[in-house]
Amino acid sequence: MSGSPSDERTTGTVSSPVSVQDKIAVALLDVAFRKRFAAPSQEFVLEAEFRAGPGFTILFGPSGAGKTTLLDCVAGLAKPDSGRIAIGDRVLFDAAPGIDVPVSKRSVGYVFQSLSLFPHLTVEKNVQYGLAHFPQVERTTRGSAVLQAFRIAHLAKRYPREISGGESQRTALARTLVTDPAVLLLDEPLAALDAPTKAKIIDDLRQWNQDHRIPILHVTHSREEVFALGERVIVLDAGRIVSQGTPHEVMEAPQQETVAQLLGFENIFDAIVETVSPQRGTMACRVAGDGGPVLLETPLVRGGVGSTLRVGIRAGDILLATAPPVGLSARNVIPGRITSLEQRDVIVSARVKCRVEMEVHLTLAARDSLQLAPGREVWLVIKTHSCFLMRR
Amino acid sequence: MAIDWQAFWLTLQLATAVSVILLMLGLPIAWWIAFSGWRWKFLVEAVVALPIVLPPTVLGFYVLVALGPRSPLGRWWIALTGHTLAFTFAGLVIGSILYSLPFAVQPFAASFASVDRKLIAASATLGASPLRTFFRVVAPLSVPGLITGTALSFAHTMGEFGVVLMVGGNIPGVTRTVSIDIFDRVQSSDYAAANQTALLLLAFCFVVLAVVYSVNRKAWLLGPIK
Repeated sequence: MSGSPSDERTTGTVSSPVSVQDKIAVALLDVAFRKRFAAPSQEFVLEAEFRAGPGFTILFGPSGAGKTTLLDCVAGLAKPDSGRIAIGDRVLFDAAPGIDVPVSKRSVGYVFQSLSLFPHLTVEKNVQYGLAHFPQVERTTRGSAVLQAFRIAHLAKRYPREISGGESQRTALARTLVTDPAVLLLDEPLAALDAPTKAKIIDDLRQWNQDHRIPILHVTHSREEVFALGERVIVLDAGRIVSQGTPHEVMEAPQQETVAQLLGFENIFDAIVETVSPQRGTMACRVAGDGGPVLLETPLVRGGVGSTLRVGIRAGDILLATAPPVGLSARNVIPGRITSLEQRDVIVSARVKCRVEMEVHLTLAARDSLQLAPGREVWLVIKTHSCFLMRR
Repeated sequence: MAIDWQAFWLTLQLATAVSVILLMLGLPIAWWIAFSGWRWKFLVEAVVALPIVLPPTVLGFYVLVALGPRSPLGRWWIALTGHTLAFTFAGLVIGSILYSLPFAVQPFAASFASVDRKLIAASATLGASPLRTFFRVVAPLSVPGLITGTALSFAHTMGEFGVVLMVGGNIPGVTRTVSIDIFDRVQSSDYAAANQTALLLLAFCFVVLAVVYSVNRKAWLLGPIK
């Protein structure tokens, strides 16, 4: 976890769980329940059924899909309407016999997106908070070991308001991990961090995971986190599990349109395979549009000429030129006309009519320097490998 | 003609006893009001707030009846001690607790309710019982509200008149408080003495409140909420 191997050994010994928890530590998390929950727009029924082994299981999906509700149910902060939640043979919740173990007795570690460090306690006292059942001496040793391991020992006497976002993040993780939970729940705790800080903490988490091997449910919106951490991904949409598998299975070849939309394909078209070039590893797909089809060169997938499939293109993967581009490696250059420009926060979303309608994302600077406006003639440039193919 | 120090001392004792008891009694009530999900909770809140709007004589009348020898509480007290609760210091304390209850409970409950629920959830997931969560997280983050509630109930009891008169009467050294002393002197046209005592009470209450609010301001600065 920390820089030097000796530190790791210290942490491992000091914070290794007692024998009862050792058994729990290798147990699987079994989840099978239903719960009604209110999303901002409408009411959903969350139906969760999966088994999570040791290591990271990523929960992926749009906001309001039920990810946090799922974690709350596992932690005991929310109560399912029916079903069962267990860690190995230890039942946390079972509606039928009416078992509902209190939050404080579940041994489920939970790091919130808000982190929720206790503002009136120092970093050190925050980290020792969950060690109340140990004698003072042991609390101090365990506490300082984890502070070392998370490289925040120098902040021990500071208050949460006096430390940075990344440091708060480490403190929140340390505070939860020091209790040796049987299951770890992470609700987007890395969302607010800049990329380098995030990468470092992900590294530390991966290390910790190798030493502890407990089930970790990790909610995230970030594709990078999915690939960096995930051994297994569960995609949730409107309360249902719509896809699960390894990150590559789920993210690279989305099987369903809902999944594709979740993954940020703003542009999805039905297409028919026109020609295939096995030796180049590409094929040409015809997308029907007003006034004639659009031909797209895409990567080769199974299925011959004439087969139907679906093409997904991210709005951020499309380049926009104001003159016919030459000398490009990209194989798809499509002329069109801007129909609308809409600013969303710091990006500009342009709708371009080119027989089909495509959404393109630009920076504010690009809009201004190219003097883009509705009605402007443009050329869309799309790389072959920016076209993702899905079964229809 | 002089200030009735005995009455002053008695009032201080009364206010101190009432605010200390209310601090202990008010915490669980306020906790329940802040965190209970019971649908009829508003009824309890209304009952707790009643003393704010009721004329002290109405409250005092019912307290007097409740403490008297015809009520179960009164009979029990007589069986226990041999004398009635009415017109005693203990009776005065009970009446004053009811009278000042909302002044303690409402600030307590408001400050409990403003503690970030995520902190309470975090405490639970870290293995803390509800009681430990209360003493380690909720109460420390509610210190300004606790100070305000205790100070208000103290000051409110210092100046109470109607309930004291109904329940305690005017027995020197037992139930004769400063406000009754002032009333008494005005009745006997001793305006100079009434003025002196009134001025003293006014100055004292001002100092107490000023000290409390200054401490509270520091507590706010030290204890970051959020």
